[in-house]
Amino acid sequence: MANEPTIIAFCCHYCAFTAADLAGTMRKQYPTNIRIVRLPCTGKVDENMVLHAFVEGADGVMVAGCEVGSCHFIQGNVRAVKRVVHAKKLLSETGMNPDRLEFYHIAASQGPLFASTSAEFTERIKHINAGGKASAAATSAKDSTGDSQ
Amino acid sequence: MIVAKRKLFDDLYAKASAHKKVLLLGCGTCVTVCMAGGEKEVDILDSQLKLAAKERGGDFEVTTHTIVRQCDDEFFNEETSRKIAAADAVISLACGVGIQFCSEKYPEKRVYAGVNTVFYGATVEQGLWEERCAGCGECIVDKFSGICPVARCSKSLMNGPCGGATNGKCEVSDEIDCAWALIIKRMKELGTLEELSEITPPRDWSTARDGGPRRVVHESLRLDEGAKKDS
Repeated sequence: MANEPTIIAFCCHYCAFTAADLAGTMRKQYPTNIRIVRLPCTGKVDENMVLHAFVEGADGVMVAGCEVGSCHFIQGNVRAVKRVVHAKKLLSETGMNPDRLEFYHIAASQGPLFASTSAEFTERIKHINAGGKASAAATSAKDSTGDSQ
Repeated sequence: MIVAKRKLFDDLYAKASAHKKVLLLGCGTCVTVCMAGGEKEVDILDSQLKLAAKERGGDFEVTTHTIVRQCDDEFFNEETSRKIAAADAVISLACGVGIQFCSEKYPEKRVYAGVNTVFYGATVEQGLWEERCAGCGECIVDKFSGICPVARCSKSLMNGPCGGATNGKCEVSDEIDCAWALIIKRMKELGTLEELSEITPPRDWSTARDGGPRRVVHESLRLDEGAKKDS
């Protein structure tokens, strides 16, 4: 398992976590690199949580929440996207590749999407670990924090 | 409250990497509320420094600690003193007051500023802070229906507006409301607009920074030792 990346997936209980469960039920394979952390909502995710994962040795962090408009807590996923975008900026400041972090919208019914997304993200992290630059299709979350003084 | 903004990361990294052991010292009051230097921001900077050191080959140790207030002697307790003593340098994420006070308390220690102190302001909405007070030493907001022309007019005009205001916005920036447009609107609502016909004379700025560094003394609160030290 040398050179295999460690990937932390912060998953919302109501969607992506259920999708991961469904992927298993459907016998869809996804990489064993993924370590899922179940959260009540991706709105629980903040910059500290993501950065801690990297400090503790994660090679990549994916945050997977509900589709826009279907958050159980109304706005949690939208807020999480903003925080992920900010965390990407914080990672860039350190010199790390911000594409090591990504947000995905995965509904509870999308077991196959969870499996394919996990596989794609794992490949991305392997590519970055091998010294590759960010792939063009790497960013799904748009920079919308607009921090200013 | 005092509103601050964290300094650029590369600047802080350069300061931290110049030492072997660095303490990030947060403040639990104003800079916590404006999300610049509280426990959470200390934690973020800690993680960033550790990740950057790994990326850039830096070799230094970072520890963290946050106290209730860095501008009050009583909160620098034994634990805080021990942590400061164990570090080669401190990056204080308090406002300019806290940074200086920390530096005064531990004169043997190098204390760096981790944030830029920007203004006295209010949380207008979540994630947005705006200046409301200039600390000029003589409050006149009641004369202007609760809106301060010293802090909120770009020119601190006492008899405004000037010719630069357009559609209620200041000529300095479209993002700045013309304080005088706000004052007039508010005084109309209150039915006190007539009061503006009286010309406000020039201010005595000696109560502000023009009079040099200021101090406030409450003799009844002072301890004998303090009074002696001062005499």
